[in-house]
Amino acid sequence: MIRERRARRLPVLVCMIAALMLSIVPLPDGASPYRPDWVALTLIYWSIALPRGYSVGTAWVLGILLDIAHGTLLGQHALALALVTYLTVKFHLQLRVFPLSQMTATVFALLALYQFILFWINGVAGIYPEVVTYWGPVVTGTLLWPVVSLVLGGIRYRAPG
Amino acid sequence: MAAARAESSHRSFRTPALGLRFLLLAGISIFLLVADHREDHLDTVRKTIGAAVYPLRIIVDAPVSVWRWLDETTTGRNELLLELSRLNAERLITQSRLQRFSALEAENARLRAMLEATSRVRDRVQVAEIMSVSSNPFRHVLVVDKGTRDGVFEGQAMIDADGIVGQVIAAGLLSSQGVLISDPDHALPVQVNRSGLRTIAVGTGEYDRLDLPFLPNNADIEEGDLLVTSGLGGRFPPGYPVGVVDSVMRIPQGPFADVSAKPAASLGQVREVMLIWPGEEEIAPEPEAERLEPIIEAAAAE
Repeated sequence: MIRERRARRLPVLVCMIAALMLSIVPLPDGASPYRPDWVALTLIYWSIALPRGYSVGTAWVLGILLDIAHGTLLGQHALALALVTYLTVKFHLQLRVFPLSQMTATVFALLALYQFILFWINGVAGIYPEVVTYWGPVVTGTLLWPVVSLVLGGIRYRAPG
Repeated sequence: MAAARAESSHRSFRTPALGLRFLLLAGISIFLLVADHREDHLDTVRKTIGAAVYPLRIIVDAPVSVWRWLDETTTGRNELLLELSRLNAERLITQSRLQRFSALEAENARLRAMLEATSRVRDRVQVAEIMSVSSNPFRHVLVVDKGTRDGVFEGQAMIDADGIVGQVIAAGLLSSQGVLISDPDHALPVQVNRSGLRTIAVGTGEYDRLDLPFLPNNADIEEGDLLVTSGLGGRFPPGYPVGVVDSVMRIPQGPFADVSAKPAASLGQVREVMLIWPGEEEIAPEPEAERLEPIIEAAAAE
């Protein structure tokens, strides 16, 4: 059992790094406000699938890396990701039996919470962005959730090891 | 069955720990946030972790670099020849402008010497390639591939061919982060080239607009005025173009006019920036004039 858990570590790690990379790939100007929160989506998936292997600690470390990569305040993404992951792990048993439509709605709520925390911390720090574009990632992330969960599910069940 | 029971007891044992861990991490995050916002103590932490993110950036940048390399290596001979002739023509034009410029510069130095003002020296410039642009649209930060190893320092000005792009905010060993002048948190001291009026240009979060919020209604400023750096903040060297005023709205009942400018540099499209070392004279290439002199003399003798 322990060996099984350790063997699963590699694909998950690869997914996380891939998500991190996707979130720093340069996009054209018009598209970058709509870049989905890849890291948040990946974390939500894995913390439902393997709640004991990957939870708030992983989320926090990834958040710090995101903060460094984006040049935001240190701890901003970390706090938001840790909260989202905490809620997901807390309710992972309920979330597992949700049908896709209900799950997508939950993901929408989680992503909205994530963006709200980033928005709120920015506000406290005195950065006031345009509000409309702030919710772009929530919409694209929610729309992409079925695809993400399908792809990560494929990786989870078919990855070697 | 036994395993399942063990698992469930394990979980019930661990569930409170999850909340505790979250609270702990949230506490650390908030501490970091405050420390990062108020002080600059976390610079070394940022640099250390930044070095860990560096390989990721290289991988992310790899497709673009490979594409550019392919593009360069497979360009046809004809295209290269065309570009060569175009560049040659361009060089001749800039060279002719430069001749006038050097005469003007000499004259300027003479006049300044007469006025007993310190003469301005040329700045050393190095080209840096942009590795990534912040994906956060509300924080205009970019990463360039030059670091302290190349002499980059914090607060260094970055320009492109047309004007000021931004300044370095964190210099790592191999790469550095810079903030664009369009960042909502950024302000730079500027001067209206025509009237000499000094003011502050503040970023708006849009690549093509700067705000000039501190100008009274009777300020001597018009649409089309060129803004240059005034050099007063001590960060940006004076005299580099910043932008062109594109709208002046005087509000009779308000204390300040509503003035905005369009940055001279194309902030959204830069691929390379130039880092400036103010006051360090560049080792100038052999002046063209000396090589041309015999030809001119020969022409004059005829």
